[in-house]
Parts: sequence; C-alpha cells; structure tokens
Amino acid sequence: MSDKMDFNELNEIHIDMLKEIGNIGAGNATTALSQLINKKIDMGVPKVNILEFKDLSEILGGAENPVVGILLNVEGQINGMMMFVLQQSSAHNLVNLLMGRDLDDFTEFTEMDLSALNEIGNIIAGAYLSSLSSLTELKIIASVPYMAMDMAGAILSVPAIEFGKVGDKALLIQTDFGKGKEEVKGYFILIPEMESYNIILNTLGIMG
Amino acid sequence: MINMAETIKVGMADLKTCMAPNILTTLGLGSCVGIVLYDPLKKISGLAHIMLPDSTQIRNNDNKAKFADTAIDVLINEMVNMGAKKDRLVAKLAGGAQMFAFSSTNDLMRIGERNVEASKRILNQLGIKILSEDTGANYGRTIEFYSENGDLLIKTIGKDSKII
Repeated sequence: MSDKMDFNELNEIHIDMLKEIGNIGAGNATTALSQLINKKIDMGVPKVNILEFKDLSEILGGAENPVVGILLNVEGQINGMMMFVLQQSSAHNLVNLLMGRDLDDFTEFTEMDLSALNEIGNIIAGAYLSSLSSLTELKIIASVPYMAMDMAGAILSVPAIEFGKVGDKALLIQTDFGKGKEEVKGYFILIPEMESYNIILNTLGIMG
Repeated sequence: MINMAETIKVGMADLKTCMAPNILTTLGLGSCVGIVLYDPLKKISGLAHIMLPDSTQIRNNDNKAKFADTAIDVLINEMVNMGAKKDRLVAKLAGGAQMFAFSSTNDLMRIGERNVEASKRILNQLGIKILSEDTGANYGRTIEFYSENGDLLIKTIGKDSKII
C-alpha cells in the first residue's frame, strides 16, 4: 500500500482500529457523563459505519430531522474536525437527566439547557479525543465547542464537506448511552485531514 | 389523461433533471448549495446539490455533481439533450449557510460562502441570469423547484416557508 491512502481504501483493520478508539473514547465519555449526572450509565458497543453522503443523514432519522451538533476544531499533530451529533430527542433526554427533570419533559430548551448541552458535548468529544491522543501518543488540541441545532442534512453538511475533499464516503461511530426511556444515541464523526489520517494509522503501526 | 407531478429527490453531491409538471427537491441544505437551472419555455429544469466550489482544487474529483463548476456543466448538457436551449436558461440559488458560529474566519469555515461565490461566478461566466437566491445565514433549508411555473419553495425550521 502506498503511504498516501484514499479514504475509500479503508479496510477491515482500519475499521477495527477506529472501532477500538471509538470504544475507549466512548468509555471515557460515559465515565465523564456518569460523574456529571451522578448516576450509573450503561454503554453499548460502538458501531462504526462508513456511509455514502446521501445515506449519512438517514441514520439520524432523515435529512430534515432536527439534530444537535457540537463541533470542535482539532489542531496539533493531527488537524481536522470532530463532531458529536445527537437526535433532538436524545438531547432532551440528556438535558433532563442532567437537570434532574422528568424524562417526558420535551419543552423547548432554555439558555441554561443549551449551555449544558454544549458542555456535555465538549466533555464527550474531549474524552474521545484524549483516548485518541493517548493511543497514538500524538498531541491533539481541541478548540472551544461550537453548537448548532437544525436539520440533520444541514448540520452534517459541515463534516461531509470535509470528507468530500478526500472521498465520497463518511465515517460515523455510533455510541448508545443508557437504555429504555433514558436512551441517548450519540454519533461521533472524526474528520482528520488526509495527512493526519496517515499519521494516525502510521502511529498505530497499521501502515508500514 | 391527467399527468400527475412526481417529486424527484436530489441527494448530497447529486444532480437530477426533469420536465414539467415534475418537482425537484433536496432536503436539509446546509453549507452546500442547491443550484437550479430552468428553461422557462420548455419547462425543463435541473437541480444540483453541490458540496465544494472547485473540482480543480481536489484530487478526488470523479463525482461531477459534488462541485459547482462540473455540476453546472453536466446540468446544462443533460438539459440541452432534453430539448432545453442554453441561451434561455435561468438560475435560482439556495443554501450556502454557515451552520456553526465560528469565531475564526479562515477558508475552511467560510465554505458555504465560497460555494455561493463560485456558483455565481460560473453562472455569470456562462451568461446565465440568476433570477433569485436565498443564500448565506446560519440555518438549513429544504428546497422544492416546480418545473410547471419556476417557483422555488424554501422551507426552514422555525420560520415560514417562502417562494423565491
């Protein structure tokens, strides 16, 4: 394999590696979240999906479905973006758990809720990035989190465009927290620049 | 026989053409731009959902519907093959939002704006008049183009729909 790879050439080993990073990252994120709401949280095994752009928003309930996206720019030895996406219903569950409110409370988010969500996103994304950083021993610096609530297609267009520069597919890691009524489905999208992608794979000894 | 209008969906980095009375739609446009071309006489229309401004800047540029420059070319060719006349084509634009309120103003963050700029520049170069646009701002848009009358319907979350 050449030392420059195309995103479309991701193989089973790469996917397993990303799954493992996803697993550890999600584990750290769950612990952080659990401490925040002072309650035990179950976590499912992360699912790694490589999707065509046109199918990307389907997984989040369709292009027009309202979602919350929290985005961080990543710098250091790896450059790119990291996004944490939640369906609006999951965002409500998360805020209600955090605020100790009734789980059926679907009233509009207050300023306080939004700021809490932003912080949760920051913690979760941070936990994920620190796993990546310690696994690869690469220095990774994350920007402040930026949050937006809108149609899934519109929110996902931002990472999709970044993926679009290097290929025609996007990589999505799904993590489920909690269960039943408390279930929160979260999606991580990590978009390293192509060069950084090679750095990550090289550091992990996957590419020769 | 009554000709029922069919709604044709255009995905991200995708393009489609159709004739009246059919409707072209793309859902949840964010920083991408929806470029509509229309021959008002023959009622032939085309819609591209582009993600990036310029195919020449990207190594992986096989998907022509992904870039403003190549997508417009493909749309024109397909529409001319269907009987449209290039001189008669007009355009409408939507999308190109900045979904996140980044404090930095580097190019990576201004992608919506750059997509709109590139689309306009290419249309101008081709002499295709832009009749109307709903671009920029910070929200997602679903658009529907009606080949029958050339209306472009714009839907957003929490705001009234409008026709441009």
